[in-house]
Amino acid sequence: MSTHADIHEHDDHGHHHKETFITKYIFSQDHKMIAKQYLITGTIMGVIGVLMSMMFRMQIAWPEEPNILFEALLGKWAPDGVMDADVYLALVTIHGTIMVFFVLTAGLSGTFSNLLIPLQIGARDMASGFLNMLSFWIFFASCVIMLFSLFLEAGPAAAGWTIYPPLSALPMAQPGSGLGMTLWLVSMAIFIAQSLLGSLNYIVTVINLRTKGMSMTRLPLTVWAFFITAVIGVVSFPVLLSAALLLIMDRSFGTSFFLSDIFIQGEVLHYQGGSPVLFEHLFWFLGHPEVYIVILPAMGIVSEIMATNSRKPIFGYRAMVASILAIAFLSTIVWGHHMFVSGMNPFLGSVFTFTTLLIAIPSAVKAFNWITTLWKGNLQMNPAMLFCIGFVSTFITGGLTGIILGDSALDINVHDTYFVVAHFHLVMGISALYGMFAGIYHWYPKMFGRMLNKNLGYIHFWVTAVCAYGVFFPMHFIGMAGLPRRYYTNSNFPLFDDLADVNVVITVFALIGGVFQLVFLYNFFVSIFYGKRAPQNPWRATTLEWTTPVKHVHGNWPGEIPHVYRWSYDYSKPGHDDDFVPQNVPLKEGEEELQH
Amino acid sequence: MTAFLTIIIVLFVAVAIWQMVKIFDLAQAGTDDLGIATEKDNKVNAYLMLAFLVFIYAITIVCFVKWGDLPLMSDAASEHGDRIDNLMIISMVIIFFVQTFTQFLLHYFSYKYRGQKGRKALFYADNNTLEAIWTIIPVIVLAGLIIYGLFTWTTIMNVNEDDDPMVVELYAQQFNWTARYAGQDNVLGLANVRLINIDKANVLGIDESDPNAFDDVVVKELHLPVGRPVVFKMRSQDVLHSAYMPHFRAQMNCVPGMITQFAFTPTVTTKEMRENPNMIDKVQNINEIRKENSKKLVAKGEEALEPYEFDYLLLCNKICGKSHYNMQMKIIVETQEEFDAWMKEQKTFKASMTTQNN
Repeated sequence: MSTHADIHEHDDHGHHHKETFITKYIFSQDHKMIAKQYLITGTIMGVIGVLMSMMFRMQIAWPEEPNILFEALLGKWAPDGVMDADVYLALVTIHGTIMVFFVLTAGLSGTFSNLLIPLQIGARDMASGFLNMLSFWIFFASCVIMLFSLFLEAGPAAAGWTIYPPLSALPMAQPGSGLGMTLWLVSMAIFIAQSLLGSLNYIVTVINLRTKGMSMTRLPLTVWAFFITAVIGVVSFPVLLSAALLLIMDRSFGTSFFLSDIFIQGEVLHYQGGSPVLFEHLFWFLGHPEVYIVILPAMGIVSEIMATNSRKPIFGYRAMVASILAIAFLSTIVWGHHMFVSGMNPFLGSVFTFTTLLIAIPSAVKAFNWITTLWKGNLQMNPAMLFCIGFVSTFITGGLTGIILGDSALDINVHDTYFVVAHFHLVMGISALYGMFAGIYHWYPKMFGRMLNKNLGYIHFWVTAVCAYGVFFPMHFIGMAGLPRRYYTNSNFPLFDDLADVNVVITVFALIGGVFQLVFLYNFFVSIFYGKRAPQNPWRATTLEWTTPVKHVHGNWPGEIPHVYRWSYDYSKPGHDDDFVPQNVPLKEGEEELQH
Repeated sequence: MTAFLTIIIVLFVAVAIWQMVKIFDLAQAGTDDLGIATEKDNKVNAYLMLAFLVFIYAITIVCFVKWGDLPLMSDAASEHGDRIDNLMIISMVIIFFVQTFTQFLLHYFSYKYRGQKGRKALFYADNNTLEAIWTIIPVIVLAGLIIYGLFTWTTIMNVNEDDDPMVVELYAQQFNWTARYAGQDNVLGLANVRLINIDKANVLGIDESDPNAFDDVVVKELHLPVGRPVVFKMRSQDVLHSAYMPHFRAQMNCVPGMITQFAFTPTVTTKEMRENPNMIDKVQNINEIRKENSKKLVAKGEEALEPYEFDYLLLCNKICGKSHYNMQMKIIVETQEEFDAWMKEQKTFKASMTTQNN
């Protein structure tokens, strides 16, 4: 009886007892469907972002040479197939924006927070299904606006993804700062609204809707990571919103928040008393936590999948949670390391060097704990596991150079060079993408009820892994040789002529790596319809999402919500026949729950 | 060339897709295959992990051998540059060590503990001693780096007025640089973009009534006497720019509406730098590359590239618009005598104004 009661009670929350096509697939309030919507939208944005990077990489390697691809894709912006310099900047800008916000924030966090929070904590759905639906459709609107700006006469925003004024504020400074920048700002403002709605929902759900027995110390690390990510988002995203609004006012209503004493194209502008440095502070107050908004969910996913596939508990659960908290706290007080040479007081530079280098400590703890998790494990080399190992590898390689960039004295010389580009692409770009891929390979059976093809997964991983290093490892060296980023071509500097061959190597790896993502896309879309039907718990995992039926039901569990009796990492626990004990299995008589 | 490459790539994509379809069909044919790693998969991928470790080491070695001479990271041309280079080398050594060690552990464990039938993983959830070790060691190493770094940073950023530094203004605009020397009095005249008067060739907006401005000298090529501290006062008239002088390990943003500063002492003249063996090698190498490129250009009926001669440069390193990639100014470091002689030939601001008035 209670079973039926549960289902009906839940259905009453929705608007319809019977689901129509529209309520099921489009305006769905079911968190699992919303997760899939986020994932597919994020994937499409990702394809566009990666395609852009392949185009500007070709421009860097073979500068000012005619290219059929440019002619076909850029049209009048590439007269005779030669890319225009303004368009180069636009591509760099939109690539950054799309990858950071639309793919790695919404695509990663939006997908897996939505999918996993209710399933892993044992809840019927998010705290507010309607808010959840709203947040996806607001996200969708912001994607549409951003993509629409690509088709403007003067081109999209082109001031770099950091949109520092005055370049972004003055239409006469570059064509992209006209309507293109307005749409960029509108799109981002909407995006932030989406992010806040989503984050609040995640926080409320984790705090209120955990099933019986699911104490905070029994939460899987994924949920911890999503929860803390949401908290960082709520704290820092509004500051970017205010920066965007003030910039809109400067642009459209003649205020002077960020502008002062400007003479451009033969005339003095009226702005007085503002400061671009203020914008930099506001931007990076979000901008830096943003990289942790991107990387923390990936860390959570990696911890979870690594434990499952190592058939071992995650090593140092408490330290893993503590380091997430430490990183989250420190992430909000390090933004100034992007501004060592911005003209701010050098004393502030000292403070930010100190706080920035502190972040290396929790990061080191995490890396060593992952490595120890592998030690004496029984590693199941599923594609998801490979991406987790790849994650730790690129996270270490990319993270270590942060010691150089976070050191203000060293930053003077490598600031805004390709060294920075290499660093952040490895440590947050590639790593977060690996986390996302790992999550997709691992939870695909949960999302679509079918399995991804593992052999295609292996091809996808190994080619991506080689190409990621092939692209970003040599890039450190051209950065250390002093090559500034965002240069349309280096041919005006004979000084850098000997770096041209490195740039060709990088581009070739980038093109191969980019093209091989098609393997993944093919696997992903074809398997939705033709993949092998998934068993209920293919990876023999302990967490609650694998106790739900393969075919999705509204409310997740057809019967009662399972109760939780143990933490989520009872893998290979002595005294049990199986090498995993699901969280909903009561303790045996005399069995001790691990003190963690 | 590019057209050819593009066609190759398109073909490659087509073949790749076709192959993938085949692979997919084949892979689906196996009935037992559920998409979960088998013991064979574990083994193959474990060996690939070892191979990947070798790949990481190999790419590190190749990069260091081929591109690791880093002429911009050694042979600094300023007094503080050596300190930065030292700190850089120390940091790089630490990074290199940690990278080699942790990547080894990661990939070796991935290989050694690959899944095998009948094996059970060790239930090992916690060890406070171990965790304390890898918390405390980074703390110690980072404490050292932080202290060294902050000490260096403070020394660089503190301008010591007792050294009597020469005051030079760097003025940025889309897309070129201008320098202004403070002249005999070593005090820059007041300036604001609102005072710019193109008709009177007052392009920097210098206050014409400020006596300090009379002896200022406005130039398009930066000359610096060797061994004398220089303090740069940066201004920008339109958008953000960044004055990047990589050989001197110097960089500071130019911000509209405020004056930023950076000071250093050049220690190596342009002439000496050109005679530096490392630099001779680098320039020779670059000229060979330019010769090769010229051949292609000449074949296309274009002009050959000029041979390269080393010069210090000031680059723009903050995205500033369309021609950001070509915003540069030559810097010449010379002896005090050469500098004085050059300076004598330059017109003071007042003199240039008078010429205009006539």
